[in-house]
Formats: sequence, structure tokens, C-alpha cells
Amino acid sequence: MCALCSMLGGQDHWTDTASNPESFGSRSQTHTRHRERQDRMRLINRIVGHYGLSVSDWSGNAYVVRSATGRTLMADNLSQVWKAASTITGKSCDPLDPALIRAIRTGSGPAGR
Amino acid sequence: MSEYPEPIPVNVITGFLGSGKTSLIQRLLNSPELEETAILVNEFGEVGLDHHLFRNLSETTILLGNGCVCCTIRGDLKDALRDLFSQLTRREIPQFKRVIVETSGLADPVPIAYTLQFEPVLRHHFRLGNILTTIDAVNGAGQLRSYGESVKQVAVADRLIITKSDLVEYGELASLKRKLAGINATAPIIDGARETLRPSSLFEDEMGNGGTGPRTARPWFAPDGRGEPAIGGEISDEALAHRHSDGVHSISIRFDTPLDWTAFGIWMTMLLHCHGDKVLRIKGLLNVQGVETPVLINGVQHIVHPPVHLQAWPDSDRSSRLIFIVDAMNRADIETSLAAFNGLANPVSQKV
Repeated sequence: MCALCSMLGGQDHWTDTASNPESFGSRSQTHTRHRERQDRMRLINRIVGHYGLSVSDWSGNAYVVRSATGRTLMADNLSQVWKAASTITGKSCDPLDPALIRAIRTGSGPAGR
Repeated sequence: MSEYPEPIPVNVITGFLGSGKTSLIQRLLNSPELEETAILVNEFGEVGLDHHLFRNLSETTILLGNGCVCCTIRGDLKDALRDLFSQLTRREIPQFKRVIVETSGLADPVPIAYTLQFEPVLRHHFRLGNILTTIDAVNGAGQLRSYGESVKQVAVADRLIITKSDLVEYGELASLKRKLAGINATAPIIDGARETLRPSSLFEDEMGNGGTGPRTARPWFAPDGRGEPAIGGEISDEALAHRHSDGVHSISIRFDTPLDWTAFGIWMTMLLHCHGDKVLRIKGLLNVQGVETPVLINGVQHIVHPPVHLQAWPDSDRSSRLIFIVDAMNRADIETSLAAFNGLANPVSQKV
């Protein structure tokens, strides 16, 4: 638990294994946990931008999911990010959605809602 | 006992009502390899029947009392395992190195995996081992047609054991094997009546301790133990797609371009969030960008095991191979989506 904010430490998430130098060999020298987190933020925001959302890192321990109107939800891990995004937008964030895939490929902004 | 003992593997033996789970356990327990094994029996139906069968096997036998492990008594499973571990550390019971949980015939094995991975105490002391599913050769095909529980039990299995195969004709048995391979192309199918059942083989770890050697990944891509790969081999995805275009079936995807681990994690968590109820199982051998050796992925519905970094590739093939056991999902959709997400991290190379 963080003594400052009383936040309980979250459980290890399977995607965080990449930050473990022993697990990902040669990446360990250059690919730090911090760098991994930055990369993840960059890619996640490319995805959630399609839904008019943004995600930021909270002290390397959680994610903050925000809508354009300021509605904000916390997520403990990557899996929870999608739950939070669905809660805020009221619709499912489907990686198989052709509109999302088109947006990823073309780099376009939020889908019309 | 060492200061930081390795987690104890918990193997699940599941299968539809009357498919021979108890007989299988009795048979396996005759092997000296399973001398130090605790058995948790989940009875359903006649009171205490299974418990009486097991009462002489071990002092650590615990009868789970409320019918079905899957939801209502997951707490009982938690309590039973916590109790076992507590007694073990106090040396009140003999040392055991493995736990076998026999589910009820109607149980969904997935919550057991969930309990082991997420229960705050258990996750430090136990880990999920292989899931064994028994299928009755006489009634199995009919049960697969009629009961979703039976299909689910087959779909999440690491090993499929056909029982009572000596009671059916060869053609009927072959038909059942094809049906099982169509649902779950990653699990070796074992003829329990004719083949020797070796616990070391049945319980060989894929994701747990010591499971980092190159042979670890082989069973996933040689589903019937005859060496044919599930991808591009005899049980090819195309063939499966024709036979099982609807309902639960296996699909395989091959990627020649190395996968970006970060993009893959984002994609898979999103996929499981949206389609976790339809993605019953994921197994994969990944060529991760920047990493020379393969990474093994193993997931059961929403539950994904921590990935394992293998020491070497199992063969000369360096492509990423993913097998999905899905319910009414389309291979092309999954493939296209993963390629797009991977391309997000590697905009220059989007070759599949």
C-alpha cells in the first residue's frame, strides 16, 4: 500500500511480464518498465482515440481513462482499461470492429457518434 | 521444505456425468508417480459416493459439499486448498506435491483456474496444472451435441481422454476423435481403454515449473500425438472450418512478422474483454520482436497465465502460431484485427 495515497498495490497482470528483464531477454537492457509503460500509453491512445477517449498513466501503477467531457475512471490494469472505456462510452470496445480497424490503418480520429 | 517453495500444481479432472473421471483417478493413483498427491472430490448426485471410493487413499482427501465447483462453491475450493496448505505447513498431514480436483460432471472448470490465479493466498502457493477431460466413447458424441457443459469441458482441456472405447466400433471412435479434434485442436487425444496412461505425460507441465524447454510447446501443435502440426497439417484450420463453421471450433493463425509485445497485450486484453465468453481457449507460440526465443501464451477465457519465455524454439519454424478455441467466431476477423494492431506498432511491416 502506498503510504501517501493509501492505494493498494495491484495484482500482477500478464501483460506486465514484459517489464521483467528475465522474461524478455535482450529487451532488458533497453526496454525498461518505464519505457514499456510509455509505449503502451502511446498505442492505447491510438485505440481509445477512436472512441473519443484518452488514457494516461498514474504513477506506473494504474491507468486513468478520460472522456472529452471529463468523465474519468481509474483502471488497475490493461484489462480494466477496456471495461472503463466501455462504461464511459456506453458501448463495447471491439477490436474486431471494421470501423476501428480502418481507423487504426488510416490513423483517423474519433468515430462519429 | 525450502524457504520459498515452488507453487504446488493443481490438476483438474473434468468430464461429463458418467464419463469415468473417478475410474481414471483410481487408475492413475496406482502409479508411484502420484504417491504424494492430495485429492479433492466434488460430488454431485448420490451423497458421498465418490468420497467413499477415495477415503482410503489419503488423509488429505476433502469432500467438497455443495454440488458444483464452478460458481457456488468456489469458496469451498478456496477453503479446502487453504486448509490443505495450512495443515501441510504445520506438518499435520503428509507432504504432498500435487493436488487433483475432480469436478462434478456438470461443472465449468474455468472458475477453478480463476480461483487459483486470483485468490490472494492461493495464488502464491498453488498454480493450475493440466486440465484433463474424460469423454465417454459410448455417449460422448451425443453429450457434445446436447450439452454445452460437455463442449466447454472439451474446449478447455489440455488432454482429452476417451473412456470405454472398447465398447464401440472403430468407425464410431474415429468419428468421436474427429469431433474432439475439431473442437480442441491443441489437446492430445488419448484412448484411455487401449493406451497406457502415464501420469508424467498427462500432467507434464506446459506453463508451470520447468515448462520452459522447447518440447513444452510441442503438444499444442501436435494434437493427436502423431506429430502432425495443428497449423497447416492434417488437422488444418481450413479443414476444421468446413466441418465446424458453427459452434465451438479451433482456428489457427500464423504470423511471419514478429509481434510487438505491447501491441499484442493491448489487442488480446481488448479481445478478451469484448469476446471473452466466446474465446474459450488461446494457446500461442509467439515470435516477439526483439526477443530471440519464443514466448508461450496460454489463456482460458478471461484468464491468461503469465507468459513463459521458452529457452529455445521447438523446431526450425520461427513464425508466431496462435490457436483459438472459439464459439462462432471468424478466423479472418481475428487475423485482420491482430495484423492491424501489430501494424500500429510497426507501421512499415504489416505482412501476415
